[in-house]
Amino acid sequence: MNAVTAAMPMPRNPLAYAKPVIWLLALSPLAWLALTAQQQGLGPNPAEYLNRFLGDWALRMLFVALAITPVRKLTGWTDVARFRRLIGLFAFFYVALHVTSYVVLDQFLDWAAIWADVVKRTYITLGMVAFVILAAMAATSTTGMMKRMGGRNWRRLHKGVYAAGILACVHFFMMRKGLQLEPMIYGAILAMLLGARLLPNRKRAHSTRT
Amino acid sequence: MLIKRRKASDVAPSEITPHSVYLRRREFLQTAAMAGAAAALSPLAPWTIGEAQARGMKLANIKPSPYTLESLGEGAKLTDYADVTSYNNFYEFGTSKSDPAREAGSLKTKPWTVVVDGHVENPGRYDLDDLIKPHALEDRVYRFRCVEAWSMVVPWVGIPLADIIKRLGPTGDAKYVSFETLVDPEQMPGQGFAVLDWPYREGLRMDEAMNPLTLMTVGLYGEVLPNQNGAPIRLVVPWKYGFKSIKSIVRISFTDTQPKTSWNMAAAREYGFYSNVNPEVDHPRWSQAKERRLGGARNVFGFVAKEPTLMFNGYQEEVASLYQGMDLKRYF
Repeated sequence: MNAVTAAMPMPRNPLAYAKPVIWLLALSPLAWLALTAQQQGLGPNPAEYLNRFLGDWALRMLFVALAITPVRKLTGWTDVARFRRLIGLFAFFYVALHVTSYVVLDQFLDWAAIWADVVKRTYITLGMVAFVILAAMAATSTTGMMKRMGGRNWRRLHKGVYAAGILACVHFFMMRKGLQLEPMIYGAILAMLLGARLLPNRKRAHSTRT
Repeated sequence: MLIKRRKASDVAPSEITPHSVYLRRREFLQTAAMAGAAAALSPLAPWTIGEAQARGMKLANIKPSPYTLESLGEGAKLTDYADVTSYNNFYEFGTSKSDPAREAGSLKTKPWTVVVDGHVENPGRYDLDDLIKPHALEDRVYRFRCVEAWSMVVPWVGIPLADIIKRLGPTGDAKYVSFETLVDPEQMPGQGFAVLDWPYREGLRMDEAMNPLTLMTVGLYGEVLPNQNGAPIRLVVPWKYGFKSIKSIVRISFTDTQPKTSWNMAAAREYGFYSNVNPEVDHPRWSQAKERRLGGARNVFGFVAKEPTLMFNGYQEEVASLYQGMDLKRYF
């Protein structure tokens, strides 16, 4: 052991550092956005830029949340599941910002126009359904709610994330014009994340608990 | 001590640097520094390139036209040059709005040949100059409305398409004019992926093509068209959605049947042959009732508010008669 690591107080559990790191990483896109906005502005169509940026990150964060189970299965690292709620809530955080930017910046709180969009435009309908599913999951994400609902009901509701992921990808594919590569890549990643759930569990390898 | 004596044969600095640049050397350095900074930041903010980039050559002998900024009504304002040249849909260079400004440098616009064929008296391969030179360039400020519900006000430079068509001499069988964009994945990297069935194709009915508003365009802001805006020659049809205004044209064909058009081929439900700007006929995926004018008036949140879209993009007087008796919901 070298001097530097020896001098550092070792935490009892190295995972104690993980949550602040996740917070920092999960919020870094917003920091980057603020920096870009302040340094050179958000381009000729800032409302669109903001909406797309938040939508992209909502989808990416949702993928990170959906990657936890595959990571656990592939590596046998069971502790990773402890971060699922936090990451899932961050995914919802970006989804909520994305929807807010649509409601406020794009439609400027024109509720009649928003309702017309939701019922008439399939890609907005699908996006809104995904939003409602994730909102329900976020609202019931506390331990208290889990207890109140009962494990089985809670799990049933939270399986909605798979539907939300699929809806979000279809929403992304549909809002682009022509045959575009990017939404296809996102779709392929989602397919892998969902497909990986069919893999068998690996034996616990690195668990800190026994 | 070394004293450098100037010999008569030495070149004075003023002879190397053009005098006008020499006088504006600080500004020049600033621009160069900005360009450097913009290049360094380009993956982050491609729209900053627009300003620092070397602008197109000034076009000479442009005559004024009745289509001035004032003619667009009170409060009309030109969209900034930087916005016009950094926010483009030109899928031949990538599907992101910022891709064309970044990627279109690879397009070689000289020499440029346009093939003219079909039902026409003077078919052939025309050098761009031969197509343009016989006509006087005009300044024309038009509204530009994208099918995606954003819009600009652009000072184009061009020639009425009608003048070119008259010289080419379409025969009695010519009912439509169709256009094609260059296909060359080497120059147009976005063509490496089949976003659309290349080449990009567009078309007009003959009376639409002959309408005085329809402009064959070679410039904007009094300068040669930047590549990302469809250099060296593009169409501008101001009462139709922007995608009808095909860019970097290499073929003009006169046909007796309605030509195939790219977006209609890709999604016939969403993009009709006519694609006239019409606030009453929605795109299946979004409303066309309103538009966001880039650089327009801002709302309390500091973002540009949407404004109502005008029938035929405000050119009703000039073009409504073309569609008399047509059901515009059906012929969208």
